[in-house]
Amino acid sequence: MSNRIRLQIARYRPEQESEATFDEYEVPYTKEMAVLDGLNFVKDRLDGTLAYRWSCRMGICGSCGMDVNGEPKLTCATFLTDYAPGPVRIAPLRNFPVIRDLIVDIGDFMRKLVKIKPWIVRAAEKPLAEGEYRQTPEELEEYKQFSMCINCMLCYAACPIYGLDPKFIGPAVIALAQRYNLDNRDEGSAERMSVLSEHDGIWGCTFVGECTTVCPKHVDPAGAIQRYKLTAAVESMKSFFAPRGA
Amino acid sequence: MEQTTDVYTPYHPRWLRPRVSTYWWLQKPAYLRFILREGSCMFVGWFTVYLLLLLDAVLEGPLAYEVFLAWSGTPWVLALNVVTLAFVVFHAITFFQAAPQAIVVRLGRTRVPPRAVLLGHYAGWVAVSAIVWFVLLGV
Amino acid sequence: MARRHPEPLLWMLFSAGGVVSGMLMPILVLLFGLAFPLGWLTPPTYDTLRAVLGNPIAALVVFSLCALSLFHWAHRFRHTLYDGLQIKHLNEVIAVVSYGVAVAGSGLAAYLLWQLA
Repeated sequence: MSNRIRLQIARYRPEQESEATFDEYEVPYTKEMAVLDGLNFVKDRLDGTLAYRWSCRMGICGSCGMDVNGEPKLTCATFLTDYAPGPVRIAPLRNFPVIRDLIVDIGDFMRKLVKIKPWIVRAAEKPLAEGEYRQTPEELEEYKQFSMCINCMLCYAACPIYGLDPKFIGPAVIALAQRYNLDNRDEGSAERMSVLSEHDGIWGCTFVGECTTVCPKHVDPAGAIQRYKLTAAVESMKSFFAPRGA
Repeated sequence: MEQTTDVYTPYHPRWLRPRVSTYWWLQKPAYLRFILREGSCMFVGWFTVYLLLLLDAVLEGPLAYEVFLAWSGTPWVLALNVVTLAFVVFHAITFFQAAPQAIVVRLGRTRVPPRAVLLGHYAGWVAVSAIVWFVLLGV
Repeated sequence: MARRHPEPLLWMLFSAGGVVSGMLMPILVLLFGLAFPLGWLTPPTYDTLRAVLGNPIAALVVFSLCALSLFHWAHRFRHTLYDGLQIKHLNEVIAVVSYGVAVAGSGLAAYLLWQLA
């Protein structure tokens, strides 16, 4: 005898309609079931036309981000019992264009991510004979938190600035830039700064702080952004008063 | 790839782009708190004007100073300043709350704990307030 | 550095203004906004206040408070109109007016304090 809960799932079928609608499904659930399990039940047993993304179902791939009762969540890490007796309103992640049902286009994020060179940038690679790049535990601690990002984009869905101005580069991209800037093996800070210190880079952020609140991996992108603002502002003052390699 | 068309074809689906409402900030308590926090700047601005009026009164002489003090007791000014007090305190608390996320200080190998940065701000607040009190009231 | 723009400087002024106004305004509002008008405490005499404002350090503090608070207001005001009310097409005008008011107010504060020295 299982409990049942109603799911109100957003549907958007571009070949038939130009607005989103909500379809309702009732699913049985146990206390272990996540919202994703509910969606899988709907797709397997009730309505095979439902379209959504998911993969690892354990909070590491970042695919299953959706808007659950108004909050951006990873559906694999959100439990149906927390919404009992329901209904649970599932919509696509906010601030992104919707392709179909619960699937959004994340191309904007992918293009912005590449711009900040999310890899170790070095002027010259050390020859193999010299051995590995060494890093103490303290040096790892400097950037480790920002390396936890799984690119789930819940922070973009939560950021009102990104919603209002899609040119804003966004929280995850800045946090990932910091992950590399603060890595002692990296030498690419200057290159990243020219991208980040544009008007739609870090300066679009007004520290709402919702990105940090919704992040499932505790990356604290808001903190990364504010720290970087300080760094960039100091750099800007330095280059103004003592330009050219001071 | 990023182009969308108004006409649906299987290879260029019509994407849905919901418009952000002008009242987006009423949709979540966190957004409302954010807008209130930003709105506190209006009261910071008002009180700066108030201080400039005070400076001008002092410049004009003892009588003007008395007139200013009397004016500051009129009902609407008083009411405005009550609200101003609430908002500048709210501003101070939220601003100090944000400081530990922005200020990361390293002493040798350890990082100054965020709580210490926060308490440092509050200690400074108390100290500064005490100094102002003593300077103005001498007791 | 990319094409230079004043955002970093404006943000630093905003931050400094936030700290200064956060530290100083609550006590000042409490005293000059409530305690003195309501008679809870006796306001400083004219001579005392004049002497305080004549002191160079105090004058510098008061100037910093007024100037930085105005820049703090200007920056937040401009951003809130842009984000909160989505008044994007007037962005340039609003920025010029806001920071212009801040500059003017700072100038006025400097003038008044200079005269009080």
